[in-house]
Amino acid sequence: MKYILALLLGLATGGALFAVGLAYNPFFGNADLSPLAVTDSQTVMLGYPAVTTESIVFTNDGESRVQPHPEKVLQLWEAPIRQTSVMAVVLWDGRNQTAGLGFKFASTSESTRLLDGRAIVDSVWYVYLPGRGSLFIEQSENYWDFLRDIVLPAYRSSADAWRGQWHGNMTVGPGALGTAKVTGGAGDFLGHTMLGVESQSVRAWHVDRGVIAGEGQLVIELPTNPSIEFATEAEEL
Amino acid sequence: MLKTFLVGILLGAAAVAGALYSIPVVDQYREVSIISVAPNGGNTESLHINMPMDRIMAGAPGGSAAWPVGMKWPDDPILANVSSEIFKIRNARDAVIGVAVRTVAREEGGDVIDWVIHLPARGSLFINMDPQPQDSGERIGRLQSGAREFEPLTGFVEERWVSDTSGEEDAPAGRIELVTRLIGTLLPENERTEEVAE
Repeated sequence: MKYILALLLGLATGGALFAVGLAYNPFFGNADLSPLAVTDSQTVMLGYPAVTTESIVFTNDGESRVQPHPEKVLQLWEAPIRQTSVMAVVLWDGRNQTAGLGFKFASTSESTRLLDGRAIVDSVWYVYLPGRGSLFIEQSENYWDFLRDIVLPAYRSSADAWRGQWHGNMTVGPGALGTAKVTGGAGDFLGHTMLGVESQSVRAWHVDRGVIAGEGQLVIELPTNPSIEFATEAEEL
Repeated sequence: MLKTFLVGILLGAAAVAGALYSIPVVDQYREVSIISVAPNGGNTESLHINMPMDRIMAGAPGGSAAWPVGMKWPDDPILANVSSEIFKIRNARDAVIGVAVRTVAREEGGDVIDWVIHLPARGSLFINMDPQPQDSGERIGRLQSGAREFEPLTGFVEERWVSDTSGEEDAPAGRIELVTRLIGTLLPENERTEEVAE
């Protein structure tokens, strides 16, 4: 009997050790430096609120941690869209002025491989910037760092919350350098294919409410086309 | 007993690793695709939105038609000519298979009407519609970009409004029909070889 107990205790310990080792594996994680940080091209930065109650609309299956906003919005309860969230937000530019509207569809990805440190979400953005045009952004995001640095500590905290300063690049593909594919749809962007990176800055996260203080950011590398004149970050500074 | 405990540790670690390797963490539910071959090549698929029950969001300048209740549509002057709607999207069997956003913007150089259709198990489509409808009422749009399953495809999408004539009490007011006509792009020979090698 004592051998069976020792074996069971060993199994539990081994499983727990493996899980802890996996979660804190220093070799897993996204690159700290955005691939667009070293680009020679002009970039445009668009910010958005990461807090769902600051969005125009946010909805999911209604049973997830983050509750839909506003309360009476239609929920995505049907099986094919149950692992999907929809968000509509106002986008602001580098001067904190309204730049346009953004719509994000995000679905958990079957390419998720926890053994490889990949908690993948497939997402697309539709961005409309009045007077400039529309953009379609296709990307894979890796939430591994977010889970390890924010969510796990929040669950360990007696207050069920995490506070601090966290900034991470979420985009890991489909571009080889970990960039999103951006397609111009109308206006100045029509016919152009560009690169983009989405990042998040989080200051507070709660187990029951998700992000309670933070912002997201889309950085898009503009094509080298003189017809596209944008207030770039460099000019804004 | 210590040896048993150590063996247990190894077995426990191996069991967790094996489980993580073999059991999919994410398994998207798939409705069977209802796709037919078009007479001139490519394929065609019919999607639709039942109105108003599939509408998730509707926002327009002035906020008069804002949906859902409690939504605050931004009143910034820069967005005065932009309206957007978000829908659930259904296949020909009337099963919800995805979500979509339709944006209309009035611009000096011509109106912009864009669709993005997101089907979680398959991928996404980005479509620019012709602002001018056809004589028969439908509007034609071009697939500008596709993600995942739709990435190598090109083609057109037809949008039209079909009013309900069933007279049933709980019937929708009508539906927005989207018919895709897509065809695969021929890859250059060197890229085809790479794909085969993979």
